[in-house]
Amino acid sequence: MSALVEQAQLVKTSWLTPSRAGIALLFVAAYGIVPFTASGYLLDAILTPFLALALAAVGLNVLTGYAGQVSLGSAAFMAVGAYAAYNFNLRIPELPLLFSLVLAGVVAAAVGLVFGLPSLRLRGFYLAVSTLAAQFFVQWALTKFAWFSNDNPSGVIDAPPLSIAGALLTGAPGRYVFCLTIVVVATFLTVRLLGSQSGRNFIAVRDHEVAAKVIGVPVLRTKLLAFGVSSFLVGIAGVLWAFAYLRTVEPDGFNLDRSFQILFIIIIGGLASIRGSFLGAAFIVVFPLLLSRVGEALLGNVFDSGVLEMSQRIVIGGLIIVFLIAEPKGLVALVDRLEEQVSRHAGRLKRRFI
Amino acid sequence: MNVLNSIKLATVAVAIAVGASFPASADEQYFPLQSYRVGPYAAGGTGFFGGFIDYLNLINIRDGGVNGVKLTWSECETQYEVERGVECYERQKTGKNVAAFNPLSLGIQIALLERSRTDKIPIITIDHGQTATSDGRVFPYLFPLLMNPPSETSAIITYIGQREGGAEKLKGKKIVVLYHGSPYGKETIPIFELLSKKYGFELQQIEVPHPGNDQQAQWLTIRRAKPDYVVLRGWGVMNPVAIKSAQKVGFPVDHLIGNVWSNSEEDVIPAGEAAKGYISLITQPSGTEFPVVQQVVDKVYGAGKGNLEDKKRIGSVYHNLGIVNGILNVEAIRIAQDKFGHRALSSEEVQWGFEHLRLDEKRIAELGAVGLLQSINVTCADHEGEGSVKFQQWDGKKWSVISDWVKPDRVLLRPIIEAAAEKYAIENDIKPRVCTE
Repeated sequence: MSALVEQAQLVKTSWLTPSRAGIALLFVAAYGIVPFTASGYLLDAILTPFLALALAAVGLNVLTGYAGQVSLGSAAFMAVGAYAAYNFNLRIPELPLLFSLVLAGVVAAAVGLVFGLPSLRLRGFYLAVSTLAAQFFVQWALTKFAWFSNDNPSGVIDAPPLSIAGALLTGAPGRYVFCLTIVVVATFLTVRLLGSQSGRNFIAVRDHEVAAKVIGVPVLRTKLLAFGVSSFLVGIAGVLWAFAYLRTVEPDGFNLDRSFQILFIIIIGGLASIRGSFLGAAFIVVFPLLLSRVGEALLGNVFDSGVLEMSQRIVIGGLIIVFLIAEPKGLVALVDRLEEQVSRHAGRLKRRFI
Repeated sequence: MNVLNSIKLATVAVAIAVGASFPASADEQYFPLQSYRVGPYAAGGTGFFGGFIDYLNLINIRDGGVNGVKLTWSECETQYEVERGVECYERQKTGKNVAAFNPLSLGIQIALLERSRTDKIPIITIDHGQTATSDGRVFPYLFPLLMNPPSETSAIITYIGQREGGAEKLKGKKIVVLYHGSPYGKETIPIFELLSKKYGFELQQIEVPHPGNDQQAQWLTIRRAKPDYVVLRGWGVMNPVAIKSAQKVGFPVDHLIGNVWSNSEEDVIPAGEAAKGYISLITQPSGTEFPVVQQVVDKVYGAGKGNLEDKKRIGSVYHNLGIVNGILNVEAIRIAQDKFGHRALSSEEVQWGFEHLRLDEKRIAELGAVGLLQSINVTCADHEGEGSVKFQQWDGKKWSVISDWVKPDRVLLRPIIEAAAEKYAIENDIKPRVCTE
């Protein structure tokens, strides 16, 4: 309790905390510098998929990190979002893209609610396995019924060009800013939600379901809300992934591997942490690419690309193990420690000079 | 402090990665290769890209490049995954003097559809590619060279008709299509339906989910259906499994007709005895007797620069396809150089070369590729080039060609291609080019 009071006083006394200053700085860089200076490769092949996967990870983190419900169906909800947005866009052409985006999220949330129902009875691994049903069912339905892909024979659809209020976003910077804005808004709303009573209910249900019930938390509603919100965010991430990054949609791209990838992002990044979702996504998206480029530059003439690829997998796998042993709470704990060290150093320097 | 050390390390790594330059310089033409040597389709990837690289090497070693312009390349591993293919494309397109991309994956080609238009880089999909992309009016930068999926389908049905003693004998026959559960596998569903209506044969199409290492259910269905022929539209591990399963349910393997991605040594050898008598379609026969393959053996492998690790695969179906692909790419550059000058070309200039890629039998003889391919005639409107195909049979040790060149029924197919292309043009607000020739 005393810690809370202290924190409240801190907020009152200084509005500009170091972490807020950091976020503000990040914003300035992300909006003011990156779109104008970064190369097309950085924007199109690294930052856009990073943003989409980070949003998906935020979505899964709401469900798994905060509310404690394990899910292996994230990729399915991404697929629902992508296909829903495509169909809204195709069948109601006068609908602006942003509306189809939100509607796609709503459809994903609805599907998420349905597949969240078993969570009322099942827990832990059993729930994880039951969410697999979503993964298989959605992929099956999208391939089985040609209507979803507008009777395209190969089952693959081209994503429509991005446009907001009539302005076409064709260049890499446009797509990046589009993604960034959606991710920022969605993340902001999620943070607000997690700070509210519902967010506290999530944590109560995760930490001790029976106790939560005893103190009057509506467990049923809380769990379904978590599934709904999570699937909404993951669905929107799916739209970004398909429309802004790949610019094509195929059910195969949303397979179980993708679900695992998102799960690993939040485990490596840090459970129950928004920052962790972004750090984890950065690790999973950027690190393999970096490794592959370093490998290509250093050893490209010695080994063929297959050997390099295999060795990269070994390196990444090994690093994940080492890293999780060293810091089981994920990248976010690592960054926290780093920040602490820096501020301690800074404090020492301050004392010495002032 | 450990953390700080690792950050330092990472910074060094980034500096190296960013500093890594692309191999092409002013008088070099660069081929970005989206290859796959890992994953379930590695056999196809290593064979095809091995042949492609071997041919580029041959041109460099034997002729010192194309009219003095050296050919360079770098590989980026896609594992046949769309997402990795897109990353590779974005990474490699910034290289200097990019000639063309050859992704060898329909999924990746679809993802590059719009990108190729904005970046003005040709995308070559030999023997595959989306049906609509044959229409050069709508897709100036896509080239499903030699044979697109509709042509392939039509050639298979024509061949079955020939075997039965004429197309009219197809009436009342029953054909099952066993297809790979990927964009590539599904691409021909409507074409088979169209042909079934035209020739009056009964048709059943059955999907095998990717990667296809269990097909019991599908083959039980086939046994119940008792078809006259099964067309195998497989890829990778799905093929040997299909051949073995056919034997298990007692289906005669010489009535199992493989398509162009079910026709390699890597598809039949793992099936062992079961594959004896299996028939498949090819656009280029296997074998090392062709002069150009001989030169690859002498000049490239002789100099220790061969790409295939297993020398026994030289002259295999995938390797020869890679060589044919090399011929088509290099000849397109040569044709474009004759117009724009003997120097490294921009990708837009190379596109002109592909669009005027005309190789008659005389030129193919000069290239030492008689029998390896018949002819190709790409135009502004037709980006496929009227290729023809042959059929081959596996005798347990090697393939032997059992048919003459078979021509697909392109008059029947062209309207489907144009309709698909026009649909795409409307959806994406593209004004089709007017082709005068």
